[in-house]
Amino acid sequence: MLFVRTFKNGVHPSDQKKATMKKPIRIILPEKGSEVVYPMQQHLGAPAKPVVASGDRVLLGQRIAEMGGRVSSPIHASVSGVVSAIEPRLTPTGLVSQSVIIENDGLMLEDKSLATREDWRSLSREEIIDIVRDAGVVGLGGAGFPTHIKMSPPDYTKIDCFIVNAAECEPYLTSDYRVLIEETDRLLEGVEVMLGVFPNAEAVIAIETNKMEAVNRLSALVKRNPRVDVVPLYTKYPQGAEKQLINAVTGRVVPKGGLPADVGVVVNNADTVIAVHRSVVRGRPLMRRIVTVSGGAVMNKGNYKVRIGMPISGLIEATGGFREEPAKVLCGGPMMGFAMYDLDAPIIKTSSAIVALTEREARLPEQSGCIRCGKCVEHCPMGLMPLELNKFAIAADYGKFEEYDGSSCIECGCCTYICPAKRHLAQSIKTAKRLARSR
Amino acid sequence: METAAKSRFVVSGAPHARGGDSTREIMLDVIIALLPAAVMAAFYFGFDAALLMVIGGASALLFEILWNLAVKKPAVPGDLSAVVTGLLLAFNLPPNAPFWLPIVGSLFAIVVVKQLFGGLGQNFLNPALAGRAFLMASYPAIMTDYLAVMPNQFEGITSATPLQYIKANPDAQILSSDLLTAFIGQKYGVLGETCAVALLLGGLYLILRRVVNWRVPFFYLATVAALSYALGRAGSPVYDLLTGGVMLGAFFMATDFATSPVTPAGKVIFGVGCGALTMIIRTFSGAYPEGVSYSILLMNLTVPLIDRWTRPKTFGKGKAA
Repeated sequence: MLFVRTFKNGVHPSDQKKATMKKPIRIILPEKGSEVVYPMQQHLGAPAKPVVASGDRVLLGQRIAEMGGRVSSPIHASVSGVVSAIEPRLTPTGLVSQSVIIENDGLMLEDKSLATREDWRSLSREEIIDIVRDAGVVGLGGAGFPTHIKMSPPDYTKIDCFIVNAAECEPYLTSDYRVLIEETDRLLEGVEVMLGVFPNAEAVIAIETNKMEAVNRLSALVKRNPRVDVVPLYTKYPQGAEKQLINAVTGRVVPKGGLPADVGVVVNNADTVIAVHRSVVRGRPLMRRIVTVSGGAVMNKGNYKVRIGMPISGLIEATGGFREEPAKVLCGGPMMGFAMYDLDAPIIKTSSAIVALTEREARLPEQSGCIRCGKCVEHCPMGLMPLELNKFAIAADYGKFEEYDGSSCIECGCCTYICPAKRHLAQSIKTAKRLARSR
Repeated sequence: METAAKSRFVVSGAPHARGGDSTREIMLDVIIALLPAAVMAAFYFGFDAALLMVIGGASALLFEILWNLAVKKPAVPGDLSAVVTGLLLAFNLPPNAPFWLPIVGSLFAIVVVKQLFGGLGQNFLNPALAGRAFLMASYPAIMTDYLAVMPNQFEGITSATPLQYIKANPDAQILSSDLLTAFIGQKYGVLGETCAVALLLGGLYLILRRVVNWRVPFFYLATVAALSYALGRAGSPVYDLLTGGVMLGAFFMATDFATSPVTPAGKVIFGVGCGALTMIIRTFSGAYPEGVSYSILLMNLTVPLIDRWTRPKTFGKGKAA
């Protein structure tokens, strides 16, 4: 039947998905009187600019910040209440960002602009892109790239493949899987919206084979649709990394420094397609996302529909709190997620998971000297030589670092994961990339 | 950032998960893979041979500990690489070698070849083979006394090792019974190299466990076989694969991480180079019937260059952006 595809190299971390895979999405709302925090930087590009002032009353769905540049995204209130402050706050990625803080009145009074569009099929391509832009939709998979930019490549007629990224190769994460299972109709309607934007494209929903239920379910539904296909992918990390995914699905290679559109492809994460659907069909801006809450320190592991801006401490409390004090709490998965200082930061647009690890789960072995086994070279999905890049990073030799294509690193972490000497390869390469760029 | 000191949780860079074997587990696997050959060496050459191997491994570990103490590092090494080096060095000794010989060899291998160049992963020559070369230069009579101990249950030519024999008699007829005795290890030689089947099993174990990549041993053996055939050597090509140090060299010496290339293409070149040099020395040298150690040592020197020339292609590079 279906031909399972994949990319070159990569690793096989334990997927840890069993604990939450079968957990239906539960809705969680911020408590009345609690703070809801909206950092201006929760996407790739220029930070948004607040359009409200301290003391203003705001309604659910109201725009509270506008785009701060061409590559940027507006931000909307996900509750109703009063703006209590506009001040710098820590985001889950460790960044300090100017943030609008709203005291939730618990009433969820909606802005009157929110209205379902019965006639969405008659909208023009440009109108759809404007709606998606104004709804603050960004890539929910982790990078947070503004979706309207992806929808406007230099020549949209050349896009012949639209990929729904449901690989979800990060361990622990099952939020996209639950979307595939529970919001199937909306996902397929969202795909229809995207195909309207790319008239020459066919859609491919790409799913790893550790989620066969989703593969089978969607395959059956799209059987009669000539423009939509479901492609099972071999379960391997980082299968969901954009360049690797495109290579697995289409066989095409995104050029170094290029974008998917250069090879006629646009990729959206599954939950992002839902956000596109909500903005275009239901007329609702991006106000919530699906978050997997997992890890050994969590009492009730599961998938939760969470308001963007809700503090992580509030989310954990609402799910039943911790079983034990975690040693490390990640925003995102263990391969690419961010370790957080505390739980004060809010859920932002890109927060796909909160993984609270126990002392035992968080324990990492000491690093020792490189033995030159070459495993990092063997497993690097970008064809780099992490052991050499690590040497150049330590020596601060950025010329050599660039000569060995250090900037092509996608920061997937395979090298650190596989290293027998437990060296911090990805970490030092990541640091060197930033230092080389800022030179 | 000051928040780090006040942080409630551990904060570190991604990834937060580790997998795969540790250095220690890898070295343990190499020791396991060497066991069949070690057991067969003890079977063919007796108790003294077993003792030589134990002394080799133990003295190498001891010198590593003494070095660590001298340079104020944690005394007991976290890995077992010194034991592997000592064991491999003992594999290269004639079965009747005096017990001080592996100790002197380990001293040179661990202190001079390995630690003086920065320790595990930094040495540019295979320590066990460089140790053997040192002993060969210092004690040539002892090191080439291959014929002093007759292998257990041996029936055959007692005047030469197989390679010495075909060097002296290039037109010798090699019978299938000769191939069989070479395969199971009933032949003269240094104590760890004789039992081809035990080394083959150990080597396959390392490849299946993904401790070593298949490329170096495969291309080493393939090149030996191809050149043996092309040069029309006696018993070609199987006899060349089963005699001398080819099996030991291809699976355990040429695959040493520190002294072999890390790139896939580099491993192919390295394997072919080792095989070609081995066969050139075996066939064309005036005195040496065997060339495994020197060919690997020579190829060790080319590794930095090979790695630089065979960098893998960065994904997406060379495509028009």
